[in-house]
Amino acid sequence: MSTILECKGLSHSYGQKKALDDISFTLESGRITGIFGPNGSGKTTLIKMLAGMIHDDKNAVTICGYPVGAGTRAVVSYSPDRVMYKADKQISDIMDSYEIMFDDFDKNAARQFLDEFGLDEKQHVGELSKGSAAKLQIILTMSRKASLYLLDEPFSGIDPVAAESIIRIMLKSIPDDSSLILTTHQISQVEQIIDEAMFIKDGRLILHEPVEDMRDKNGKSLTDAYLEEFR
Amino acid sequence: MPWNFDSDKPIFVQLVERLESDIVSGKYSPGEKLPTVRELAVEAAVNPNTMQKAYGELERLGLVYTQRTSGRFVTEDSKLIDRTRKTLAEKNVREFLAGMKEIGIDRDEAVRMLTGGNK
Repeated sequence: MSTILECKGLSHSYGQKKALDDISFTLESGRITGIFGPNGSGKTTLIKMLAGMIHDDKNAVTICGYPVGAGTRAVVSYSPDRVMYKADKQISDIMDSYEIMFDDFDKNAARQFLDEFGLDEKQHVGELSKGSAAKLQIILTMSRKASLYLLDEPFSGIDPVAAESIIRIMLKSIPDDSSLILTTHQISQVEQIIDEAMFIKDGRLILHEPVEDMRDKNGKSLTDAYLEEFR
Repeated sequence: MPWNFDSDKPIFVQLVERLESDIVSGKYSPGEKLPTVRELAVEAAVNPNTMQKAYGELERLGLVYTQRTSGRFVTEDSKLIDRTRKTLAEKNVREFLAGMKEIGIDRDEAVRMLTGGNK
């Protein structure tokens, strides 16, 4: 095991409003971590800062030893909480751009996943259902051999069958020595696949614990623990 | 299909029970090669670390052994498999009786019902 990510005292404000308040945590390789919290708690801001989409002038986060920036973008594979491709693009075009942008993109792996999960590279993004567009985004994100995967709301607005496919794509492709972080409101969907849960409330990290420990020590599911904290 | 688990009990324990019962029932026969951790984690839709831990526990119990180059296999020790069957059966009986007790049926009555003596 090695340390993939170190976050020491990360804060961020939008004007007067504190979006993130002194967040510190460490992530080891080979772990799947879920970030949970109500709308507006700071999850997406946190993910965006880890991905380098929001600048952190204090360099509070290092990934594989380097401060977030151009250098870490090569080892971080990020999927935002909305469709990231234009409607008139063909899947094959998007794969071509991934190949140019990311040295670690495995086009053959992506092709196999497209085939396995019922997508065709001749299709245009605009003709895909919401579930298929979500699957495409996860396939391309996971077909990079990255050290850290950041998936912001990978299940939002999609049906349970597509959500199950997305979980399988994740489990099949995450390299043993990488780490994955996801955010979701569909907690029950990820009960079985999360190693560690982080709860965020008003921009503060109020809990960071292995999910199996919650079950073992307190006889509580992740969903129970969440409801107890935020209800 | 993802395997179903109680989310308020450790998934690890439930995985071990499920795999024990798959071995006892013959779904995986003695000496058969088991799927890799990754393959089975994807099938069950569970965390690969949890699956790894469950395999480790089955190895500790002797139900599974690893051959360094070729993977994991089910034990060929039929006595151990029989003992495991008995342990699982006793657990089922305990749970059955506890469930009956909860709805106000004592052990004797439960046994009568089982053997059809209640008709």
